[in-house]
Amino acid sequence: METQFNITEHFLVPEHIKLTEEEKTILLNKYNITIKQLPMIDIKDPALKDLNPKVGEVIKIVRWSPTSKTTEFYRVVVDG
Amino acid sequence: MLPEYLNERVSKALKREKLGLKDQNEILKKIEQTYENAKISPGEAIGVITAESFGEPSTQMTLNVFHFAGVAEMQVTVGLPRLVEIFDARKRPSTPEMKIPIKPKYAKTIEAVRQIAMSVRETKLVDISEQIVINVAKGNVEITLDRKKMRDLDIKPKEVLTKLIEGMKGLDVKEGENSIILKPKDKETVLSEVYKLKEKAKEIHIRGLKGVTHVLPIKNKEGDYIIHCAGSNLKEALLIEEAEKSRITTNDVFEVMDILGVEAARAAIINEAVKVLRDQGIDVDIRHIMFLADVMTRTGKIKGITRTGITGEKESVLARASFETPLKHIINASLIGERDDLNSVVENVILNQPVPLGTGLPGVIVKLPKGDKK
Repeated sequence: METQFNITEHFLVPEHIKLTEEEKTILLNKYNITIKQLPMIDIKDPALKDLNPKVGEVIKIVRWSPTSKTTEFYRVVVDG
Repeated sequence: MLPEYLNERVSKALKREKLGLKDQNEILKKIEQTYENAKISPGEAIGVITAESFGEPSTQMTLNVFHFAGVAEMQVTVGLPRLVEIFDARKRPSTPEMKIPIKPKYAKTIEAVRQIAMSVRETKLVDISEQIVINVAKGNVEITLDRKKMRDLDIKPKEVLTKLIEGMKGLDVKEGENSIILKPKDKETVLSEVYKLKEKAKEIHIRGLKGVTHVLPIKNKEGDYIIHCAGSNLKEALLIEEAEKSRITTNDVFEVMDILGVEAARAAIINEAVKVLRDQGIDVDIRHIMFLADVMTRTGKIKGITRTGITGEKESVLARASFETPLKHIINASLIGERDDLNSVVENVILNQPVPLGTGLPGVIVKLPKGDKK
């Protein structure tokens, strides 16, 4: 069998970075929001495979954007 | 403050024009002001603006559901039906489609690409057999393989045999002269059982990607070969050695979601919607499409803009009732004693109250003077 394709290489998949606890509080304070107000990402999401996420952690996503080249987006890890 | 990428472009343009420092500053100031003015202010009803931006042009779209994409004899859903399909988040597109670019080193000749394309297409037993007949006297099924077709597809009889043994359990598979004989293992066989067996045998998967019914190798403007597939199977396509795996695309958004994750699905939704609109020559700002895709993938799953999707998840009873099936929502809400805090727009419109939008959004905060009241 051929080697498994690493999906992070696919052009549709942007970079996913796990935030530290400290960065998380900075983010929440910056936008004055609670963690529940963030968009979500499933814990079983294939793009998170190598990050080994836990519920409640925040993932920073660096997307390519046609209007501003790169944008940052945040999603909180949820289960189910 | 201009964003970085705009700043770069502006400074490049300024350098080219060779202006004095004073003029440069003036221009910069103007650009910055225009940029600030273009920003959406808090409380702006962007949802409505998006809805209008989509609604008006989509009435102008051709009602022609199918068209033939170029020379390809492949049917693709385009126009309004496709747009509805994307935003309603239908589980499968009505015409699934996949594009597999081939690595240049495997695509030296059109023959080589055609060979790859043939190996991608799903081949069933029925495709490579001359005839499949039931021998009533012996109670078995005789398959005569089509040697010519098999040679074209480069399939060995051995391969077929192993696939048959794998795919059909509890069977005697014998290789006879020029044919393969299938016989149920039970001694007493009913004819209807044999008939069922024949139908099952026809559908046995020999090679290729499951679900891919047609393939068409196409050379694009850059000279790269791309295999267009009718039918989509991203999971198996990512195992093809010859494919440029990182650039395989499919129009099945849910498949992208399952294999590449929500963020990829969001990008796929945007790409698909843009493709439909550009095809029709409609220019909807990409920000509207991005906004819709963001809303659809907010929960980490794809939710369509339907009463079972994001509209059905609204907190307010009245807001849900105002979209579709109002009676159902109101009855259910009253049965379980639901509460409506009137936080959003629609419910306040219903009750003839100011809506929390624009100038209706902020409240008045008064700092009371300290000290005793007179």
